[in-house]
Amino acid sequence: MHPVDITEKNNYQRSFYVEGGNFTYAGIVSTSIKSILKKMDLPVDLVRKSAIVSYESEINIVSYAKKGVIKLTIDSRTIQIEAIDEGPGIPDIELAMQAGYSTADQRIREMGFGAGMGLSNIKRYADVFDLTSEVGKGTYLKMIINRI
Amino acid sequence: MDIETIVKELNLKVRAAGTNLRKNISGGYTGDLLSDVMANSQEGDIWITRQVHQNIVAVASLKDHAGIIIVNSCEPAKDTIEKAAQENIPVMVSDLSAFELTGKIYNLLGKKDR
Repeated sequence: MHPVDITEKNNYQRSFYVEGGNFTYAGIVSTSIKSILKKMDLPVDLVRKSAIVSYESEINIVSYAKKGVIKLTIDSRTIQIEAIDEGPGIPDIELAMQAGYSTADQRIREMGFGAGMGLSNIKRYADVFDLTSEVGKGTYLKMIINRI
Repeated sequence: MDIETIVKELNLKVRAAGTNLRKNISGGYTGDLLSDVMANSQEGDIWITRQVHQNIVAVASLKDHAGIIIVNSCEPAKDTIEKAAQENIPVMVSDLSAFELTGKIYNLLGKKDR
């Protein structure tokens, strides 16, 4: 990973590629994001929230999509994490948001994923949560953690 | 209480030690659903689980857990051990069930009011 300069903490942007279906590297993007935020010496509470929402969105891409990108944007007021994927999309967002609802297959559930908690976790920990999806195309998830 | 003490007291088998087993344990969390552990465990917790695959290491690392204990004598996968060594997360195995192990650790930590 390229070195992070602490002075970048008010102006930083980076995109990470996420491969769908590959659980070997699941979590690597959120681990990188957490490490970048820690190096910038951001408050632990914000690092913790960002780690949770980026992990859940990364696992969603790995579990359901063909591929995706997670974009981290930091400015003086917010930490913004966007998860953009090419995948099946979500036909009923309201239903998908219900805690416990999941379309995960047996293999995913056996690993302890697919409990239907991911999106509700994201909603709980992000200050702004915006989800749009197009069936057959993909899903766009925007999560913002306020710094002030 | 550090990990080494719990290893001795509960006769755990160490599968990945991290740089040391002196890491302090401030609490614990028991669970096999990764999103539940992500949302509800705390930094410094010892995580008790039946999951053995490598994704548990990322969760423990993201949450700054003190370490992971796998229950019922189940062995971590080979890549779990490799990843745990890289990420410096101690991984242990217990022959107890999650229920028994959690109770014992709870008493050892003396955290009755948590």
